[in-house]
Amino acid sequence: MSITNIMIPDISKIRKDFPILGQKVNGKPLIYFDNAATSQRPIQVIDRVNEFSLRINGNIHRATHFFANKTTEAYENARETLRSYLNAEETAEIIFTHGTTESINLVAHSFGDAFVTVGDEVIVTAMEHHANIVPWQMMCQRRGATLKVLPFGDDGLLQHELLDQLITEKTRLIAVTQVSNVLGTVNPIAEIISKAHSKNIPVLIDGAQGAPHFKIDVQALDCDFYAFSGHKMYGPTGIGVLYGKRKWLDRIPPFFGGGEMIDKVTFTQTTYNEIPYKFEAGTPHYVGAIGLATAIDYLNNLDNILISRYEHDLLLEATTRLKQIEGLRIYGEAPEKVGVISFNIKGIHPFDLGTLLDQMGIAVRSGRLCADPVMYHYGVENMVRASFAFYNTVEEIDAFYRALIRLKAMF
Amino acid sequence: MTIDEIQQQIIEDFSGFEDWMDKYGLLIELGNELQPIDPKYKVESNLIRGCQSRVWLHQEFRDGIITFEAESDALIVKGLVALLLKIYSDRTPHEILTSEPRFIDEIGLRQHLSPTRSNGLLAMVKQMKLYALAYEKIAQKNN
Repeated sequence: MSITNIMIPDISKIRKDFPILGQKVNGKPLIYFDNAATSQRPIQVIDRVNEFSLRINGNIHRATHFFANKTTEAYENARETLRSYLNAEETAEIIFTHGTTESINLVAHSFGDAFVTVGDEVIVTAMEHHANIVPWQMMCQRRGATLKVLPFGDDGLLQHELLDQLITEKTRLIAVTQVSNVLGTVNPIAEIISKAHSKNIPVLIDGAQGAPHFKIDVQALDCDFYAFSGHKMYGPTGIGVLYGKRKWLDRIPPFFGGGEMIDKVTFTQTTYNEIPYKFEAGTPHYVGAIGLATAIDYLNNLDNILISRYEHDLLLEATTRLKQIEGLRIYGEAPEKVGVISFNIKGIHPFDLGTLLDQMGIAVRSGRLCADPVMYHYGVENMVRASFAFYNTVEEIDAFYRALIRLKAMF
Repeated sequence: MTIDEIQQQIIEDFSGFEDWMDKYGLLIELGNELQPIDPKYKVESNLIRGCQSRVWLHQEFRDGIITFEAESDALIVKGLVALLLKIYSDRTPHEILTSEPRFIDEIGLRQHLSPTRSNGLLAMVKQMKLYALAYEKIAQKNN
């Protein structure tokens, strides 16, 4: 069975926006299926970023010269772009960080300092990326708290009905991923947030894999914190966002200390700036922030319904083809998934498969996918992961399928 | 044969291949042929854990010669392990310390020795050299 009537956006036009896609790797046309690791950038983002090397560059919020003013304006406009994109109530609730990992570390550290004490509890899930596990482990260790884990089933679905059993009056926060980077599962975060809030427990959502595929309304969702990375959604590397409700950001202490985040500094006492600057110590990656805003402008100009449907059809096509391969097992087949397929082929080590696919120009990820607990759950050491973006095509999926068949014969 | 002579032979074996499939096919074949490490040596202390594959390295030192046994769970890595054992096993510490596995580069597989924590190969070479260094120091002390 194959999808023959996919109504597609103008993919060839979209692909032209991404100059890197035309490259050859090992003499073969690039088939880039590692988008969950990082995405590629459209020329609009590349050009905007280059402007800061070529035309205008000055540090922000510091001097009053022409360059400084222009850059500061662009940076704060970028913040407003993010506020609008997420439908946050105010720009002060948008903190620029260097990525999802830093965003989560910030919350773990600062929320932990303010609200977590000995005997308290934090809940994460067993399908989290290490970035949404380790910061909480570190904080719990520091504060004398306990980390509790919400399990998932072999089907890749979170057993969120067990949340009631895990929540106690000691639960201070729940951290859960919007989308699993291994299983592709889209989690019922609205439900989880609703349940948590009924017990006055705040929720942090790891949006690293969700943000590239879903536009969320943080007010409608009512999440307390939302973290994501620019480089996974067609923006530059080294930039990320932490959205936090003012009621939390005002009450938790800063994470990094330094310039910009202060109000007044003396050697007897230093006071801090207001949000968002309280959490933006040092010179931020302003070029990255502006580049991310450009990526968001790019996404806003696409027909998002069509793109979403197209991505879903790519996933369906890939899943159907892969299931035709004998000995291939897909991990996680939730009814609601994004285009992430982690799998193993019996008798072939993921490293070998990844290496040989690379020889054919096909880029996938192989390894433990920064999710050790998921590996333990399925009793495997590693997996192969293919992850799609809206610039991938059915032809590429077909080539991937044929490559796997060819490679299987080598073992 | 010296380490260099063996490396030269390996390079010649691979030079005939234009097609990557043949090159990796030979590596896979070598990996399949590699004697499995004695199960009693497949222990945590001998494990070099990479994110992408695991390598086990066992060594013994007798009469001035180091003998290595090694294995990997990934077949291509096993093939490279087989080649590394060919040049480095049953050698004196001095021989091991004074040569580099340049053949990997020459047969066009340099990316597998990249300093990431991925496939454990670079870590294995470093470990072999550390053993050689340690045994050389012990030998010098005893002399």
